[in-house]
Amino acid sequence: MPTRIFGERIKRAEDPRLLTGRGRFVDDIDLPGQLHVAFLRSPHAHARVRAIDASAARAMEGVVAVWTYTDIGPCQRRMPLLIPHPDLTHPYTRFALARDEVNHVGEPVAMVIAESRYLAEDALEAIAVDWEELPPVVDIEAAVRPDAPLVHEELGTNVAAHYVGIVGDPDRAFASAAHVFRERLVIERSASMPIEPRAILATWDDTDGVLRVWDTTQAPIVIRNALAALFGLAPTQVHVVAPDVGGGFGGKIMVYPEEVLVPYAALALRRPVKWTEDRFEHFVGTNHERLQIHDAEIAVDSEGRILGVRDRFLHDAGAYTPYGIIVPIITACQLPGPYKVPNYHVEFRAVYSNTVPVSPYRGAGRPHACFVMERLMDRVADELGLDRAEVRQRNFIQPDEFPYDVGLIFQDGAPTRYDSGNYPAMLDRLLQEMDYHRLVSEELPRLRAEGRYVGLGIACYVEGTGIGPYEGAHVRVEPTGHVYVATGMPQQGQAHQTVLAQIVAEELQVPVETVHVIEGDTAHFEFGSGTYASRSAVVAGSAVALAARSVREQGLRLAAEELEVDPADLLVEDGRVFVRGTPERGFTWAQLAQLANPLRYAYAGDLAVRPRPWSGPALPQGRQPALEATEYYSPPHATWASGAVGAVIEVDPATGLLQFHRLWVVHDCGKVINPMVVEGQIHGGIAQGIGGAFYERLHYDENGQLLNASFMDFLIPTAMEIPRIEVAHLETPSPLNPLGVKGVGEAGAIPLPALVAAAVEDALRPFQVHVTRMPLSPDELLRLIHTEA
Amino acid sequence: MKPARFVYHAPTTLDATLQLLAELNVDAKLLAGGQSLIPMLNMRLVRPGHLIDLQHVSELAGIHERDGGVAIGAMTRQRQVERSPLVAERIPLLAEAIRHVGHLPIRTRGTIGGSIAHADPAAELPGVLLALDGTVRLASARGERTVAARDFFVDILTTAAEPDELVREVWFPSLPPRSGSAWLEVARRHGDYALVGVGAVVTLADDGQAVAAARLCFISVAGRPVQATQAEAALRGAPVTPATWREAGALVREELDPPADLHASAHYRRHVAGVLAERVLELAARRAQEGAGR
Amino acid sequence: MSTNGVERKRIRLTVNGAPVERDVEARLLLSDFLRHELGLTGTHVGCEHGVCGACTVLVDGEPARSCLMFAVQADGHTVETVEGLATGDDALHPLQRAFWEKHGLQCGYCTPGMLMVLKAFLAENPNPTEGEVREAISGNLCRCTGYQNIVEAALEAARLMRQLS
Repeated sequence: MPTRIFGERIKRAEDPRLLTGRGRFVDDIDLPGQLHVAFLRSPHAHARVRAIDASAARAMEGVVAVWTYTDIGPCQRRMPLLIPHPDLTHPYTRFALARDEVNHVGEPVAMVIAESRYLAEDALEAIAVDWEELPPVVDIEAAVRPDAPLVHEELGTNVAAHYVGIVGDPDRAFASAAHVFRERLVIERSASMPIEPRAILATWDDTDGVLRVWDTTQAPIVIRNALAALFGLAPTQVHVVAPDVGGGFGGKIMVYPEEVLVPYAALALRRPVKWTEDRFEHFVGTNHERLQIHDAEIAVDSEGRILGVRDRFLHDAGAYTPYGIIVPIITACQLPGPYKVPNYHVEFRAVYSNTVPVSPYRGAGRPHACFVMERLMDRVADELGLDRAEVRQRNFIQPDEFPYDVGLIFQDGAPTRYDSGNYPAMLDRLLQEMDYHRLVSEELPRLRAEGRYVGLGIACYVEGTGIGPYEGAHVRVEPTGHVYVATGMPQQGQAHQTVLAQIVAEELQVPVETVHVIEGDTAHFEFGSGTYASRSAVVAGSAVALAARSVREQGLRLAAEELEVDPADLLVEDGRVFVRGTPERGFTWAQLAQLANPLRYAYAGDLAVRPRPWSGPALPQGRQPALEATEYYSPPHATWASGAVGAVIEVDPATGLLQFHRLWVVHDCGKVINPMVVEGQIHGGIAQGIGGAFYERLHYDENGQLLNASFMDFLIPTAMEIPRIEVAHLETPSPLNPLGVKGVGEAGAIPLPALVAAAVEDALRPFQVHVTRMPLSPDELLRLIHTEA
Repeated sequence: MKPARFVYHAPTTLDATLQLLAELNVDAKLLAGGQSLIPMLNMRLVRPGHLIDLQHVSELAGIHERDGGVAIGAMTRQRQVERSPLVAERIPLLAEAIRHVGHLPIRTRGTIGGSIAHADPAAELPGVLLALDGTVRLASARGERTVAARDFFVDILTTAAEPDELVREVWFPSLPPRSGSAWLEVARRHGDYALVGVGAVVTLADDGQAVAAARLCFISVAGRPVQATQAEAALRGAPVTPATWREAGALVREELDPPADLHASAHYRRHVAGVLAERVLELAARRAQEGAGR
Repeated sequence: MSTNGVERKRIRLTVNGAPVERDVEARLLLSDFLRHELGLTGTHVGCEHGVCGACTVLVDGEPARSCLMFAVQADGHTVETVEGLATGDDALHPLQRAFWEKHGLQCGYCTPGMLMVLKAFLAENPNPTEGEVREAISGNLCRCTGYQNIVEAALEAARLMRQLS
């Protein structure tokens, strides 16, 4: 019997080094002669740079160089627009160091390179900048008015993109509907906020003429290619490594100014140069996400069936659009969620403001979409006097309706086409896990009779995961029997080294400990894009599976030749390839690797191969000297995961504090490679979702100053705020990829704002509170209670 | 986020410390536990020329029973106070409130004197000291003086201590007989500075049915910890009933004029101060009745 | 003593059981000293203002933020870091074993701080409730796990350690 490895709770290969302090994060690496960088960042949201006097700073102890825009050679080009879109009619990217204007607090203006970070920070204080302040644009609703001051004068508008998507005939659907309900819904600005800030270390290695860069990036190959192009080096002359990375959640995918400036400094000064972002810099220098203002309406028939949805929203793009309009595109495409919306009009404007640029943060436009759709569904249920679960059941896409086309073009340029799912079963399972009907009919009434404000919420979501363009993988069996796997994707905690090893171990039937995954190192794999959009397991996992299957076929062919049997008569089990019925006739994978290579290995011990009589070239036509394969997987379009969450929440109406009693998740990400890892991903996503529902919000004042740029005031929940999370899995395989898997990385973060809104509203029914903004806060809750009451 | 340069001093006696302080005056900062000071140094929000580390000054350590209360040396770590059986028995309000100070790894370093001298209006310990009507003993090369808590805390991060004075010791009086105390606070997350915090001491009349005296002190509602004097006056002689606590809460809302910040509006603080007043008085009175002392 | 006009002070301390003697500038943070002077990079830095807890080490057995101490303050004291937890490759500390078993870490950045605060906590409270564990780690932010498996791991470690004692 083959041993089942795929689908098992395998302990992580990553953990021993991380648990003993032997992980290797970028800032852990110190090179001899290393210099340190500190950036002078704009204190103003919008200002012209008239002059910079760095002469005093340059004269300071330990200062090697102080650079402004004029000093940065090839880095004087504008930063790249990574993802163009036809509707992004007014893109705008920055200079790595401000040339003549700054557009948000925190924008890099000058860089000090010194013998230590302490000395570099000392020198920052000696740089004098002559600023001419310009009117800041912060409120995006004001920014779209005709008389608004402009973020970028030469664009002539603050609207970067105007997108309209129409499915069916929404206007007709609304005109004939029994009921139409409107909501204005706001989800506030937030950020991914990994505990490890960004860091870059670069060195020019003269011995082999290679620029080596260690970078906390989620996309090392993208960085490698950018640096090679920018500096006119061959791709092989740039080696980028994303070693252990302390969380990413979206914020670490970009080509940031620091990511070109630090390598340039290493090139120009011929010394290793390191920059480690501090937490304040992270708040004002690493991209944000989330702020959108939606005007949404839903048309339903008298039974609560959706006839149409119309949504117009403003999306805060921040000061620049280096990542295009991915976030609002995702919002627009995913807004209908798991429901049949036959007529749909969605329209957004992406608006510049003098704030940190916006690019994806875990969820990437989906928490917004889910919040809007689920608020509308709750509204329909409440207005029509229907149970909230029932309204959802009436509108779900049915299992026999897949593949299901939403009718819009998704972020990857492909149709928004749901490949598989079983939403009715998903919600049924949730209700069963929750014991929903008993909660509604017995438990909650009993608690309410005691004078307690308890409420129940549910929310459903879909997530387009595993987008292209492609990823690749290389798998090789070494003569030692150890299997080495390389992909282009780095990891920031997602257990790739474990789950990708599981895929290979399953295919080759070898112990998972003998499969070693190398990632995030452009010297090991050169093609691919990176870790984002819940795509690693789907896209790289599939590539790994294809490569492992190819190696398996090679092993079978080789063994068949050697044993002079038909490959169909061979079995792969227990780390060996052998003849069915006569297990002693066969080879271990180590022996097969030796057979594949006609060379001899020093110290290799138990060589399987007897010297063979001459029969022509040692490597016959079509054979390679290794059991190895490189394969690529390119998905036709996204694969759609889904989930349903439920919670019972208690609110103290006197203080506005809330407490979770229970929190349930049913999640369907297709075939599960490692349930332990999937649950971990869900837990973490939920925790960030709770952050986004009640704790985490970035506050800008009207001058564009970020008021809470510290962990004192930006409130990441602690273990005391995050409740126990009860997770159940459903497995509706994806028909699109060889493993049947779907992504899970962002899942948990998506439905929480919708869920908390629903549960809080339910808890506070006596006050007739209506929740339309996220995140809530104790203050906001009291305001709602006191206004409505 | 690295601190600017400073000259470091680590005196080992109180006299040497006071001499240094007299010489360096405003150019020096005292380093106690550093849990509030070092973040400000790292952010370069304060940049003293000199830091005087107090950790080796043995005269500043220790918890002693004195004058019907407990005197705590300035350099006593908050964690030591949290673990002290003497504090738990004699100053239960302090024992209760100190668990709300930051987190465990903050309290292991943070000191009593540091917190009192820092005078953050959202910090628990100044509120406890005021609620108990305690005192602060200041020392300088010029001599020593004792200042009542109500006079010590002046405004945000501002106290009655002169630049050449250090907080030597903090004295918390024990509760009178038939008294109970309680601490409540509302914070955004566990361990955060309170949005509103309140400490109460309720002393009952001989029959246990009326309030003989009450003290009610709030943090995070002004530039310094404040006593709700009108509510306290109204409580004197009032019956031990829910209505009494409710009325006290209403008075609190009238007499406090809290500020707004990112985390809570003035309205929120005023409202919740009333809610907490009601709850904390009820709790303190119940403890007084149960003779638990707490 | 002084070089380039900068005051440096000789400090002597014990780190993970071994004596250490170095000259340091007064403003050098203990976190930077451990990481970049001693090469003990298991102690991570996440905020440098004392909130995230990633840099937590034990000072004289008590958990402390190494970003909120200067190296000079550690003169004469004992410091333990995550590198001192395991006694060998095959001898993971029960906390480390439990974190591995229960998937108590993802990116691993907050992990050393979690382990160190829990080491001190379990020494004082060997049989904690879930609520007590949650409170004990509430000064350590984790952005990956949602804390649930960290709590499970801490409870499992407590069980393992009770069996051993």
